[in-house]
Amino acid sequence: MKPEDLASLADKQRAINAACKHRIGVCTESGCVSSQSDQIAAKFNELVKSRGLQKDVRVVGVGCMGLCGNGPMVKIDDGAPMYQNVTPEHCAAILDGLDSPLGNPQLRHLLCDLNQPFFRRQKLVVRSNSGLIDPEDINDCIAHGAYESLLKVLTELSPTDVINQITLSGLRGRGGAGFPTGLKWSTVAKAGGPSKFVICNGDEGDPGAFMDRSVMEGDPHRVIEGMAIAAYAVGADHGVIYVRAEYPLAVKRLTRAINQAMRHELLGNSLFGTRFNFNIEIRLGAGAFVCGEETALIASVEGNRGVPRPRPPYPANSGLYGCPTLINNVETYATIAPIIREGAAWFAAIGTAKSKGTKIFALTGAVQNTGLIEVPMGISLRDIVFDLGGGVPAGRTFKAIQTGGPSGGCICGQNLDIPLDYESLAAIGSIMGSGGMIVMDDTSNMVDVARFFMEFCMSESCGKCVPCRVGTWQIHHLLDRIYKGHGAPEDLVLLKELCEMVKATSLCGLGQSAPNPVLSTLRNFESDYLALIEKGRADREAALSGPHDSGTTVPLEVIS
Amino acid sequence: MNGGKHATAESITLTIDQNAISCRNGLSVLEAAREHGIDIPTLCWLEGLTLWGGCRLCMVEIEGSPRLFAACATQCTEGMVIHTQSPRLHRYRRTIVEMLLAERNHVCSVCVSNGHCELQAMAQRLGVDHVHLPYRFPRLSVDNSHDFFRLDHNRCILCTRCVRVCAEIEGAHTKDVKGRGIQAAIIHDLDQPWVESQTCTSCGKCVNVCPTGALTHRGTAIGEMIKKHEFLPYLKLMREVHQ
Ligand SMILES: Cc1cc2nc3c(=O)[nH]c(=O)nc-3n(C[C@H](O)[C@H](O)[C@H](O)COP(=O)(O)O)c2cc1C
Ligand code: SF4
Ligand code: SF4
Repeated sequence: MKPEDLASLADKQRAINAACKHRIGVCTESGCVSSQSDQIAAKFNELVKSRGLQKDVRVVGVGCMGLCGNGPMVKIDDGAPMYQNVTPEHCAAILDGLDSPLGNPQLRHLLCDLNQPFFRRQKLVVRSNSGLIDPEDINDCIAHGAYESLLKVLTELSPTDVINQITLSGLRGRGGAGFPTGLKWSTVAKAGGPSKFVICNGDEGDPGAFMDRSVMEGDPHRVIEGMAIAAYAVGADHGVIYVRAEYPLAVKRLTRAINQAMRHELLGNSLFGTRFNFNIEIRLGAGAFVCGEETALIASVEGNRGVPRPRPPYPANSGLYGCPTLINNVETYATIAPIIREGAAWFAAIGTAKSKGTKIFALTGAVQNTGLIEVPMGISLRDIVFDLGGGVPAGRTFKAIQTGGPSGGCICGQNLDIPLDYESLAAIGSIMGSGGMIVMDDTSNMVDVARFFMEFCMSESCGKCVPCRVGTWQIHHLLDRIYKGHGAPEDLVLLKELCEMVKATSLCGLGQSAPNPVLSTLRNFESDYLALIEKGRADREAALSGPHDSGTTVPLEVIS
Repeated sequence: MNGGKHATAESITLTIDQNAISCRNGLSVLEAAREHGIDIPTLCWLEGLTLWGGCRLCMVEIEGSPRLFAACATQCTEGMVIHTQSPRLHRYRRTIVEMLLAERNHVCSVCVSNGHCELQAMAQRLGVDHVHLPYRFPRLSVDNSHDFFRLDHNRCILCTRCVRVCAEIEGAHTKDVKGRGIQAAIIHDLDQPWVESQTCTSCGKCVNVCPTGALTHRGTAIGEMIKKHEFLPYLKLMREVHQ
């Protein structure tokens, strides 16, 4: 494609879009598809045909609109009105109300209030086009600005300029650790070698997290564009997207997007007539959490067992096949195009002193509104839970919020007012992580929560190093014992000792952070542990003092 | 860091346990310490094999960082100040050995490697006279199918020395690891009985590098199994010379 073709293609598609009076956007991401949104789209198409509205109404499958808990969602035109909890039976009525800007009054109960804090308080940077564009149609994406940033980068900026922009923006990696992206890019750019790679980490193995899936399904071209810009900046010509095989829809959309981009010559050789070549291939992971760790991921792409190795050397110097390799998270790449388009200063103005921009979270658990939110860094957890989330369900009280999945911690009510950024979360024993956020109310027992996450780490440990392989088993065993009422007060001492040791001696981030859920619940909710231990003791005493001939036995612990 | 492979002639100075030492640039902390008679404990590292970094016994403290570093995987740098002994390190090392003893079924009194076992020696060296962690007592099998050798999963500590020697030195890559986490186990080819392996050359190198009684010669009685792995660095050196 020639540089001028992009704008004319965009204009052409915009004219096509404008010629159509109404656009019905049906969410076709995994969440809504699982509640039959594909049938809704089919029903709309059928009705449009039978009523002869093909010229005026277009039905498009779009990406996530955020409020996944109320899916399937349907959006009319560019945003309003929006209907929630739609079923195929509602389609006819929705069509009837197309011309009224407030929607069909008979469907008032399905109308989604776009003025509620859940939408008002979000700031869409990565997800700005999600729910608007048809992710399966590259022309529609181009009409909404896709590949403009790549064009600008290739025709106006040098690789150093690009890296400077990213550094100035203050962007930090969204994969969990928050490493400064500009610094990583410049390290790879400086590394020598005949060839270099860029890898997109779409493994997303944390339980409950689906931010990256949503970005890949809802706006795949943005990820591709970000990778191409990164490749230009660091001097790579080959990209790999590593996606877990459990995300078939993301794989399908990405594959389609790559093929369309190749056909439009937005991937391949001599992009926009420059000397820059870039190709992308997709690699499927078999769904191991540890394969999200960068060195394990690289081993997996190379066809080896997905096991981490000691760093240094870091992938930036010696990664895929020993070549310098840039590895970033899906969301990190998806943030690049907006930064190039709007400028580093614009991005740096969002967020806090050390954490810039916005972050997507998967808000789940005991809140009214569950789904995906993109919020500016620095927002307080209280605002997320009680404003965006709408608070815990009536009649229950807030107990804790868990961030960072199996590597994170449980935050108690007293810390709800801290600003959400990398440092503040680390200071209270949790982490930003990739963006899982589970709200818990008074019905949750924290020992059970800790046991759940430890079970996850135990079964996802790769087994390479002793502290993680055996330590997670030992910690899980202790938690299980305490939860079942067989614990003793000394167990808490041993528990802390083991957690400290596993954290300090494990090889990779999985083992080093696996104790976080236990340590944070021990610190903030020790009473849950003590209550279970005390209850177990009382039960045993009662059993002992009961009449012996009744056949009561003392519960004995069996080690499995 | 593989048997000094990357070491250069240039020399650097550093401090290990209050001893000022000089060594060739490119050595790992573990190698530099050994050259100067400081024996940092390890069970997975073996001279002549590639780095693994799995047992975590060689963790050391380096001044200027609150983190611990695996000595086998940390390259020496000029002026580094390293402590290989401290109450904290000692506690962690003991826990690692206890974890290994509790993980599978290590019954020394009936083991052919009794008295010649690196795990047993490590436990003695670190003063592990009892295990304060719950034992797992897993039900594991013994592969007794090979004509000369035996693999007893009950004694395996998953150090992967056998896997590495088989792939890197013998070039057969018969052995590998299957499964994840606590379920991980050594396998032959596609998880077949050893005797059915099409790739095993019956060279016996794996038996000789195995630190415990997991890989042994058949027909040995309690305490009779003595292993020799001095051949390794020698073999490796000869190959490098020939290349
Ligand atoms: C156990 C473990 C799992 C991880 N899983 C993921 C993941 O699913 N996705 C991801 O982007 N990063 C994951 N990471 C972090 C990566 O190692 C790496 O830091 C990240 O992809 C770098 O990208 P960023 O700089 O854009 O954050 C994981 C790390 C560990 C230790
Ligand atoms: S910490 Fe766990 S996952 Fe990481 S290398 Fe060690 S055993 Fe494997
Ligand atoms: S069989 Fe021996 S050498 Fe192989 S992993 Fe087990 S303990 Fe190590």
